[in-house]
Amino acid sequence: MTTREPGRPRTDRSPWNWLLVVPIVLPLLTFLFNSDEPRLLGFPLFYWLQIAFIAVGVTCTTIVYRMTK
Amino acid sequence: MSDHVTEIVVFTALFLAVSGMGFVAARWRRPDDLLSLHEWGLGGRSFGAWITWFLIGGDLYTAYTFVAVPALLFGAGAAGFFALPYTVITYPIVFLVMIRLWSVSHVHGLVTPADFVRLRFGSPTLALLVAITGIVATMPYIALQLVGIEAVLKTMGVSGSGLLSDLPLIIAFVILAAYTYQSGLRAPALIAFVKDILIYLVILVAVVYIPARLGGWPAIFGDAQAKFAATPAPGDGVLLNANNQLQYVTLALGSALALFLYPHSVTGVLASRNRDVIKRNMSALPAYSLLLALIALLGYMAIAAGVKPIGTDVNTVVPQLFDRMFPDWFAGVAFAAVGIGALVPAAIMSIAAANLFTRNIYREYVNRDATDVQEAKVSKLVSLVVKVGAVLFILLIDPQFSIDLQLIGGVIILQTLPSVALGLFTRWFHRGGLIAGWVAGMGAGLAMLYVIENPATKHAHFGGSAFPLAKLGLDTRMTVYAGFLALIVNLVVAALATLAARALGAPDGPDGTRPDQYTADEGDPRVKDLDLSSST
Repeated sequence: MTTREPGRPRTDRSPWNWLLVVPIVLPLLTFLFNSDEPRLLGFPLFYWLQIAFIAVGVTCTTIVYRMTK
Repeated sequence: MSDHVTEIVVFTALFLAVSGMGFVAARWRRPDDLLSLHEWGLGGRSFGAWITWFLIGGDLYTAYTFVAVPALLFGAGAAGFFALPYTVITYPIVFLVMIRLWSVSHVHGLVTPADFVRLRFGSPTLALLVAITGIVATMPYIALQLVGIEAVLKTMGVSGSGLLSDLPLIIAFVILAAYTYQSGLRAPALIAFVKDILIYLVILVAVVYIPARLGGWPAIFGDAQAKFAATPAPGDGVLLNANNQLQYVTLALGSALALFLYPHSVTGVLASRNRDVIKRNMSALPAYSLLLALIALLGYMAIAAGVKPIGTDVNTVVPQLFDRMFPDWFAGVAFAAVGIGALVPAAIMSIAAANLFTRNIYREYVNRDATDVQEAKVSKLVSLVVKVGAVLFILLIDPQFSIDLQLIGGVIILQTLPSVALGLFTRWFHRGGLIAGWVAGMGAGLAMLYVIENPATKHAHFGGSAFPLAKLGLDTRMTVYAGFLALIVNLVVAALATLAARALGAPDGPDGTRPDQYTADEGDPRVKDLDLSSST
């Protein structure tokens, strides 16, 4: 992914890109998080799980960035 | 007013210090000549990862966000939290899109999204539509930054009614206009550092200190729940209900798709040095989303603290919360963070709108042979006009109207998605199809917004972005984001009209780009001739 063969055009195509689908789809599935229990540090699930999706987003985009660099 | 002297002094001192930075910014990373759009409007296209992170972060997470999102949670609860998923999904969505836009803009010296459309589809008309959409969507957004400053000024007791009481707001914007005029994009880029550090500081202190004073998070959520249970409104609560989940999801998705279509977002992206900077930022920018989540919850803290908005302006709840909870000097710092937070995006937005006017209206229709210097001069002047317009908006028209307009702005900017975002990947659409889709999407979007009423603000029309599906004759109380439906209309019409145009043999415009130009990077050869009309 990181190496570019001479003479071949640069491309953005990579199987790693599919990983980007995860943080796009997860936060849109309301049934996953639209609930009060279980609570974490006093936060209802609705809030802490959606905040946790930030970490999922960062992880996935970082992996794609590293693997396609 | 006398109770707020310390706050006013701290606020004014920080505000003036930052304004000074704005003027000095012209000398920062000084080019030989500031008089071209690449320098004035895009900071020399040379920003590295850190500057870009602060610049785009400061650009997207605006002062208005900081007061309006918690105000939404304060008023309606969970539905207002859509801002979080919205800013989580937007980066993976645009990850592969923005690098292509950067590359083709780098090769051809493009400055605005409409420049790209002009080159890609060979249609000045389509480019004009995209440019006008961008300008119209951005104007109320700039005005809303003033709403943020106004909320702070109100809380400090320096704003009321009458022209004289608006003076602080006018002074703030005159200062902003002056240093944007002088320093261009370098000014907000430099100020963004201070803005973000202040905001991070204030919010981190707020989320530790305020809950401790209010009895902890369970108590805060408990108070919010009790408040929503006591109101007659069916849609509020600390969780979503059966009728607003679709709205939540479509609003988050629609807003995420719209975010990087806004000209000011594109400006931030195009100012970066290379593709690596953009990619790295797409994984680092969500740090701001964490901040946004915490800011959003300030709305519940305000409920628990028993804050009442000043008059009917719910945007004052966060400043009021700070005023009540923090010692005076720190409340002053917090207010300065909001005030300065308004300056960065307002500057970038006015630059972006000015660039659109210069490149896609002035250059296309007034002076085809405009030199770099002429372009920069026109842009600088237009950036002033845009800001005067924004101030007049706020002073002469009910601020609520700007908020409605900004809602409309999100819906209409989405209508440029087929030509700008899809255009980066495919040339399948016919220019006539894209124009037809734009007209249909725009019409559908505005018609839907027009019939949305809002009993809470006593609006018979333009009362929000949640379109009740019952209006389409469906037997349901579910709502959906109007912009999302409008985009679907747009895409369907664009596709059908494209097929029709091909069947009729209607002439299509020339494509001025080559496939390899979408993956070009720093150091690759560029098309030296910046004239769009002759580069095809």
